[in-house]
Order: sequence, then C-alpha cells, then structure tokens
Amino acid sequence: MAVMTMVQAINSALEIKLKEDSNVLCYGEDVGVEGGVFRVTENLQKQFGEDRVFDSPLAESGIVGTAVGMCIAGLRPVVEIQFCGFVYPAFNQILSHVARMHNRTRGRYRMSMVIRFPYGGGIKAPEHHSESMEALYAHTPGLKVVIPSNPYDAKGLLISAIESDDPVLYLEPKRIYRAIKQEVPQEKYSIPLGQAKIVQDGHHLTLISYGAMLREAQKAVVMAKKEGYSIELIDLRTISPIDKETIAQSIRKTGRVLSVTEGPKSFGVGAEIMAIANEEAFLNLEAPPTRLAGFDTVPPYPRGEGWYFYPPERIFYEIKKLMEF
Amino acid sequence: MFTEYDPLHDKMLQILDCSGNIINPKFMPDLSLAQIKEAYKWMLYARIADIKAVSYQRQGRMYTYPPNLGQEASALGTAMALEKEDWLVPAYRELAAWLYRGVSVKEVYLFWGGHEEGSKFASAKNIIPPCVPIGSQTLHAVGIAYALKYKKQNNIVLTYIGDGGTSEGDFHEAMNYAGVWHAPIVFVCQNNQYAISTPRKKQTAARSIAIKALGYGLKGIQVDGNDFLATYSAAHAAIKEVREGGMPILIECITYRQGAHTTSDDPTRYREKEEEEIWLERDPIKRLRAYLQQKQEWNEEEDKKLQEQYEKEIEEQFAQAEKQPYPLSDIFQYMYVETPENLRKQQIEYEKFLNWKETQKWQ
Ligand SMILES: Cc1ncc(C[n+]2csc(CCOP(=O)(O)OP(=O)(O)O)c2C)c(N)n1
Ligand SMILES: [Mg+2]
Repeated sequence: MAVMTMVQAINSALEIKLKEDSNVLCYGEDVGVEGGVFRVTENLQKQFGEDRVFDSPLAESGIVGTAVGMCIAGLRPVVEIQFCGFVYPAFNQILSHVARMHNRTRGRYRMSMVIRFPYGGGIKAPEHHSESMEALYAHTPGLKVVIPSNPYDAKGLLISAIESDDPVLYLEPKRIYRAIKQEVPQEKYSIPLGQAKIVQDGHHLTLISYGAMLREAQKAVVMAKKEGYSIELIDLRTISPIDKETIAQSIRKTGRVLSVTEGPKSFGVGAEIMAIANEEAFLNLEAPPTRLAGFDTVPPYPRGEGWYFYPPERIFYEIKKLMEF
Repeated sequence: MFTEYDPLHDKMLQILDCSGNIINPKFMPDLSLAQIKEAYKWMLYARIADIKAVSYQRQGRMYTYPPNLGQEASALGTAMALEKEDWLVPAYRELAAWLYRGVSVKEVYLFWGGHEEGSKFASAKNIIPPCVPIGSQTLHAVGIAYALKYKKQNNIVLTYIGDGGTSEGDFHEAMNYAGVWHAPIVFVCQNNQYAISTPRKKQTAARSIAIKALGYGLKGIQVDGNDFLATYSAAHAAIKEVREGGMPILIECITYRQGAHTTSDDPTRYREKEEEEIWLERDPIKRLRAYLQQKQEWNEEEDKKLQEQYEKEIEEQFAQAEKQPYPLSDIFQYMYVETPENLRKQQIEYEKFLNWKETQKWQ
C-alpha cells in the first residue's frame, strides 16, 4: 500500500500495463518529456523509452486517428487528450471510426484503445478547459465511458479499461486530481467496468453521482444525516454501459432518487437515470425522480464559476425537497 | 521580396542585427524615425502590461496567463502594417497586436482575469476574440476574407497561429481554402520554438513552417520575429500584395517565448538555461532601443518616465477590471439571442435556492 493522489494512481496503472504488455503505448501532447501538463505520465518516457511513451504533434484528430490504425495492427494505445475541450478535433475519428470499426468489420478489428482526458471544472481554468460533456460519448453507441471518483477506483478502472477490447473513454475529474489522498495498493488489481458502487447504504433516498461531484454529494449526505435522513449513495464509476441493476434495486428500496451531475442538464446522464427510475422502479416511487445538473449553458469563465459549480448545500436543498414531497 | 526570400532558398529576412545596426537596407521599411519610435513605445507598453499580468497572477488576482515576453516585435510589426478597416483574427499570444488595434488593457485583463466581458474586445474595430482551441481561428479568418472579397471591400485579414498550431488539421484546411478561394488573407505563424514543452522539431519534419505555404499555392517567407523592422517590412509587403489581388501569404516569424507557456508551466522541465540566454541577446525591445539610441532618438531618462507613466495607466486599467461585477444573470443572458423558457427557469430555480440558503444557519 502507498498513499496516492488520483494522478499518482493513474500513473501507477499506466506503469503496470506498460511493464506487463509491450503492445501498450502512451502518447499525446506533452505526454513524453513533460509527463503531461498534469504530470499523469511523469517518468514513463524515462522508464519505457521514446517509442512507447511520446509527444505527439499538436493534433487531436491525429492522436486518435493513428490510434485506430495501431489497434488494427494489434497494439493497445492509451492516448491522452490534453483537456476535455480539445477532444473535438478528434470527434470525427471517435464517432466515425473508434466507435464503429468493430461493428463495421463484423468483429475483425478491435478498437482496444483508451482515450484519457481531464474533464470538468472548478479549477478556474480558461475557456474550453472546464466542460463536462460525458453525455456526448455515453450517447455514442460503441463506446464505453468511465469516470473514477477517487484514487483507488482510478487505478483499478484504468487497468480494466486498458485490458478491455472495446474502446474506453476514460475521463479524469481534474478538480480532484490531487484533492484526495488514499491508500492504494502498489501492485496490480482491477475493478470491472459496468459496475456501480454503493458508497453508503441508506433507505430514504438514492443519491447517484460520479467524478468530482461525488465528493460534493458525500458532503450533502452528511448534512442530510443531521436532519435524520438516511441516504444511499451510489458512485456510477462507469457511465456507459450504465449499471441499471444497481440503480434500479436501490430506487426500489428507497422510493426516491436524485442524480447529481456536473454537465448541462438537458439530455444528460441524469436523464438516463430518470428513465431507469421510471422504467424499472415506477411502482416504488414516493417522489418524482429528480436531476440536479449544470445549467444548460457553457461553463462560465473563472469569475462566474461560483455560480455554475454548485455547492453541497444545493444538493441538500434538493434532498430536502424530495423528502418533504 | 517574396522571390528573394522564397522558402525554398531557406533564407530569413533580417534588417536589424542584435546590436541595432541596419544590415539589410534594401528591405528597410518606409517608416519615419518618429514612427519607429512609436512602435518602440507600443512594444514597451505591451511588455509592461504583460509583465504586470504575470505578477497579478502570482498575487492570485488573475487566472492562468500566457506570457508574451520576447514576442512583441513579431506581434506588433505584423499588426502595424494593417489599415484601419482590415481585420485581425487572433490566436492568444499577440498582446502587442491587440493593444495596437485598440483593445484596452482592461479588456485583456478581464479576459485572462476570467470574465467574458474581456472577450468582447468592444473597444477595437474589426477584431474577434482570442481563440483557445488551437488553430481553429485560421478558418474563421479565411471566411472573413471571403466575405470581404465578396462584398468588394478592399480590405484584408491577418491571422495568427503558433508553431504548434500548424500541426492542426484546421490550419491546413485554412491554407488550402485560402488558396482555392484566392482570399485576401495573410497568415502569421509566431514560431516561438515551443508548443508548451514540445519543441518545433517534433511538430513537423519540414525544414521550415514558411515552406508549407508552397504546397497550397500560397507564398511564404521566414522573417526574424525579434526584429521589428523585418516583421513590419514583410507584413507590409505581404499585405500590399494580397490587397492588390495576389495569392495569400504565410509569414513565419522566428521568435522565442522567453517566459513560461502559461503561469502554470515550468520550462525548466524541458529546456536549457543556455538556450534561454542566447535568445535574451536577441530581445526585440533591446534591439530596437539600440537602433533608436544610435539615431539619438532615445535617452534613459525619457524611457524611465515613459515606463512610469505606462505602469500607472496599466494599474488603473487593472483596478477597473478587478472591479467588474459578475452577476448570475451573466451566465444565462448571452447563450441565445432569444433565451428559451427552460433556461430562464433554471436561473429562477437557482435564485430560489440562493434565497433559501440565506435563511439557513450553516455551521
Ligand atoms: C485544440 C487544442 N488542443 C490543445 C490545446 C492545449 N494547448 C494550449 S496552448 C498549446 C500549445 C500551443 O503551441 P503553439 O501553437 O506553438 O503556440 P504558443 O503557445 O507557443 O504561442 C496547447 C497544446 C488547445 N488549446 N487546443
Ligand atoms: Mg509555439
């Protein structure tokens, strides 16, 4: 065991897979010498050499498009996009090829790649550095979408993602890159994709979140406890495929559900959770399934962040409304 | 000029050497001493605003900021060759060009100080906001150029991009479109040797960036980006040629980012002190000052006074930027021309929560 931040835990997962499998490569902008702008790939180039861990030219379509070719030729690239707002030049490659090559070739070619990138706001970064657009990828058939909320899960999930023969978008909540330190085994372990985690049992209301918002949700759970409410907290961990069973079971038990996500509200991940509540737990509902999410706006520049990234009090306020419904 | 400095010849246009001597009188621009002195003042003004931004950031009063230190001649020389009604399409590291075009320091500080009011650039004409997604602005520039041509306006567009940015597909599409449309546009690549930590040689196997122009049917030229007279001279010639109906031109300014990529970057991780020192010798402001000194157009006392005056002005602008309020409504108001009802309700809901929060006692 060692105490690690999420950055260190991700680095550890990459190191283990690079060591274990010579088909694994890591590249992206400033990934090599610099070790990534967040230092997630620190020391990996030194350890594994420039043909396995390297700086790409500044071109995201190039990063993902070449990864498609590498997968076709049997490699397992783990590529980094520097920030969530800079995936878009690679969108054509992701939607047109990464998500479809396996189906198109009737299983002949597997897109065994991981596309990693920091996402989400709250660090007072310039425009395009704070978006939380996981719903775009979750909406795309053929992709898996993973978002860890703590260092332990980050490592185990990334190992599974790299070992997955399907393409995985691995979104890293940069707000908590270094905010949480945790005991993390130095050796290899994995956490299966597609399984949510019940962080805390409760019987009054199911609170569902992931990524950086999970921490805020945890704070709200403490506030709710003071009012006598027992909250069941679920960490999705994998956004797509979503763990319907764990969500549905919990809602059938509590009869109330609140989702807490960061990205824009309409057509988001919360809406999917609401649909599950209706489809799988309708007869058990005691209050309207409710979403708390970002405004349907772009994340504001840093000075407006205080308005956009809501505090735990906001989650508590919604819990209270549902409990008093 | 564009024949003599055809990128195939691997020559770089330089007029002023590092000690302030004119070494290439043939291409000496048609500028009076007074105009050159004016240029020097703009560069000084931009440098002070830049240095202050970094220090405000260090004090926690400004967010992530990308220093321009060392790139003043490359930005100013190119922008100064424009006419009033021409268009400027920024990347994000050409502060001197923005200021010269009329953007206020207050707006610049609002932008990097995290306020959208700072990307309106309301005080400058025919300019668009800084562009964070690398390279994408070059296509906007070509679109504007097409529109100018379509409207039979005799104006041109000048757009900026970094050396790293030339790897993005958008840049290649922009050059290609510009050529096919024969659009009135000048591309300026500020090759400051790095894209964050990635050196220029890892961006392209081409022997210069200027040479890329040829593949798209454009003209290219490499200039010493730390030599104001060279950047002005090349831009002036390029703009004139393009305005008169010539093919678009790509100017590669060879310069150096003396500071960090941004205030969150640490260049010691990827480059050597010795390299930084070599480039300090070539500093654009030092060079132009040496020239003016030779011409008896500069004295220390006057310079000191000027600096003090600029510092005061810039501090006042910062104070104004710092005071700019950011009400909740700012987030919603500009998403659409016609705000949808759903969005309006989200604001009202949030206000309800804020009112409730006020009434609670929080331990
Ligand atoms: C599409 C896109 N990808 C990545 C980034 C992150 N990023 C910001 S600046 C930068 C380097 C840009 O280098 P260059 O074009 O040489 O300009 P310079 O910063 O040197 O002025 C990168 C990779 C971005 N802003 N946009
Ligand atoms: Mg550069």
